[in-house]
Amino acid sequence: MKQLSKDPINLVVSGVGGQGNVMVSLVVGSALVNDGYFITIGETYGASQRGGSVMSHVKVSAGKQYSPLIAMGQADIILGMEPVETLRMLKQFGNDRVTTIVNPRPIHAIDLTGAGGYPDLKALLEQIKDLSLKTYVVNATDEAQKMGNPIFANMILIGALAKTGLLPLDEKSLDNVIKQMFPKAVDINMKALKKGMELVDGR
Amino acid sequence: MALIDINAPGKNELFIGNEAIARGALEAGIGFASAYPGTPSSEIIGSLAEIANKQHIYVEWSVNEKVALEAAAAGSYAGLRSLAAMKMAGLNVASDFLASVVLTGIGKKGLVLMTGDDPEAHSSGEEEDSRNFARLFDIPLCEPGDFQEAKDMMKWLFELSEEMGSICMLRSVTRIAHARGNVKLGELPEVEHKARFPNYMDPMSIMPTSIMTVPTSIRHAIQHMKMDKVREKFESSPFNQYAGPEKPDLLLVTCGSGWLYCQDAVNALKLEKRVGILKLGTLWPLPEKLVKSCLSKTDKVLFIEETDPFLEGAIMEYSSSMSPESRHNIFYGKHSRHTNAFGELTPDAVIKAITAILDIKYQARDAAYDKKLESIPKGHMIERMLTFCPGCPHRASYWAIKNALMMDGRNGFVTGDIGCYSMALGPAGFFMNRAQHSMGSGTGLASGFGQLWRFGFDQPIISVSGDSTFFHAVMPALVNGVHNKANFVLVILDNSATAMTGFQPHPGTELTAMGEPAQQISIENICRAIGAKVDICDPFDLKSTTQTLLDLLEEKQGARVVIMRRTCELVRGKKEKHPYKMKIDPAKCLGEDCGCNRLCSRVFCCPALLWDPVEGKTRIDEVICNECGVCADVCPEGAIIREEVPA
Repeated sequence: MKQLSKDPINLVVSGVGGQGNVMVSLVVGSALVNDGYFITIGETYGASQRGGSVMSHVKVSAGKQYSPLIAMGQADIILGMEPVETLRMLKQFGNDRVTTIVNPRPIHAIDLTGAGGYPDLKALLEQIKDLSLKTYVVNATDEAQKMGNPIFANMILIGALAKTGLLPLDEKSLDNVIKQMFPKAVDINMKALKKGMELVDGR
Repeated sequence: MALIDINAPGKNELFIGNEAIARGALEAGIGFASAYPGTPSSEIIGSLAEIANKQHIYVEWSVNEKVALEAAAAGSYAGLRSLAAMKMAGLNVASDFLASVVLTGIGKKGLVLMTGDDPEAHSSGEEEDSRNFARLFDIPLCEPGDFQEAKDMMKWLFELSEEMGSICMLRSVTRIAHARGNVKLGELPEVEHKARFPNYMDPMSIMPTSIMTVPTSIRHAIQHMKMDKVREKFESSPFNQYAGPEKPDLLLVTCGSGWLYCQDAVNALKLEKRVGILKLGTLWPLPEKLVKSCLSKTDKVLFIEETDPFLEGAIMEYSSSMSPESRHNIFYGKHSRHTNAFGELTPDAVIKAITAILDIKYQARDAAYDKKLESIPKGHMIERMLTFCPGCPHRASYWAIKNALMMDGRNGFVTGDIGCYSMALGPAGFFMNRAQHSMGSGTGLASGFGQLWRFGFDQPIISVSGDSTFFHAVMPALVNGVHNKANFVLVILDNSATAMTGFQPHPGTELTAMGEPAQQISIENICRAIGAKVDICDPFDLKSTTQTLLDLLEEKQGARVVIMRRTCELVRGKKEKHPYKMKIDPAKCLGEDCGCNRLCSRVFCCPALLWDPVEGKTRIDEVICNECGVCADVCPEGAIIREEVPA
């Protein structure tokens, strides 16, 4: 086990129901548990496949089981699978030392009145940067579509998260979790993981 | 996801609470498990079912919770450790049998009832604290405070159940049942299950007897005696613990998810030297001596528990029975409004309560950051209303219902119940459901509304039910309606799965929980046998479904059934693709000039249909669209193109 920069490290994963939020926190958490850390994950569900805002709270500790919910303003890392949902998490859990990884591909909400629509993406990303100590914009969905399926955006984002070094995520441990969880799609998921690492590398 | 039967004692696994509970049952050598799915309890049977054949245990999805508990009791009577699992709403259904099995006692082997409560009703129609059932019926009750305990407690409850000859309850809440954490695995026993229903030797008789609740008062008295013995055992249980200073300024009394929140809050406030935590795991009967000895440590006591003031009420009762000189506590909790008796707890809620009582200042983050947050324009935080998945058959069904009722023009309405289609209360189902209560209630209501013609009532009535719900609770309501000649239409939204809770099989599907071929029960045959007229349609054929429903509404008498049958998109999508490619023909989409009032992107509520404000036309989000093709029939201008592609 590596020494943690603080204990616990609080990660919020956010997105829209159906994107794969639960899978992301499960992959990250499983890799860390296998490496000896204590992990607690709290998830929103109910909305989990039905277009609502969803989030997972992941707490990483060297020696203790923490509660499954992160307190207001106490996130260390926000992994946003969708821009508006990233901003929503910053509002609740952000602070002046938070690092944000954001997939800039919007998912629109159903628009009953017809007056809504999606906010200006550029302004949204500026806001996110302004509220984060450091921001990584990772075009995960675009890259995933190039690989043939937008679902790989999740593994690309995990790769990006690993590459930041904010969590003691070991590539080998992640590979092992991929083999266990996606036995029929090992290569493509490993490729996505590597892609995510490259995307953070290049900046 | 990890299988729960890894034989690796000492290994740490990342389990959700429900998997930990299932593992605990497995480590206890369970032989029989049954349940009806319900969040947050479904993964217990789900994960046991996956390994049932390998482990030679029997696991079933029962038709409803009452039958699940009855079936599990049979397991216990025949000498198998048996588990029934359900959500709190299901416990209401099972409670009739529960009340009697407490009195009859169990078989030679343990019987444990697991209930999952859902504070905040994340995925429920109501909030309910099932701990009250333990007190109501005199049942030994435990609640885990973390994931490790979820496993260990479940295992131990089987021993307790056998020792006491009583059904025992394990209660878990969403933030344990559905959260994940570390679980250190124990040994898996090798059990050769052998089932037999022996001559039942009742402790009250020297002769073999029947299993029965009479003589009731005497058996009630015996259960009370058992509870006294359980209380003694609970006094020294390792599931209860006090941590903190010898004389704390404030004592937190907590259980369940509250335990971790209390630790987080004390940690965040750096109050380890001032605040103590009494964590209780054995909740009913409460270990009175332990509680009283902890009360004597301090003056101020704050209760942290979800959701009702269960510990709070019972412990304040104990306190009132203490001698006046030892009664010095000031109690804080729900009665004093320091915490709520509704909704779920959070670390912030505990921090708030502690800081209020101890008069401490706490700031979650820098004030300058809060200031920055104020500058976020309101429009940036779009609200996301829940809706049916892209390609969901329910959207099409409700579109047909909406149009049929509109064409009928007599102000007809829909009564619904519990399932994905509950979302028809909102925009997803065009606000069609006008009433919603519990499983099957829509049809019960309809059978009542359907009698009101004699008082001048002339609105058409439609009740909706899912396929799993039909078997669970709608059948008696339909029998009632047909027998009494109520006038309504029952629409069964048959998506061939218990979709809301994770696609569990039900009596109408092909396989059992253990993956074996099932005797599939035909919904239409049941309805016809009851005497109802039955039509079956494919909701993706909007035109014919709407017409069928319209014709049925015009019939004046009796209960009629229409089955709208299409497999859940999340189930189907895993097996096959729709044979379509969807696109918008921008030349045909007239946008705001159309007069359709953006029927597709605003009213139809499919998340894959977007309005492009720059072009003034509709756009399809190709990342989300499942290419079901239904929207092509919604657009009045034919601007949505459904192109057939070879499979």
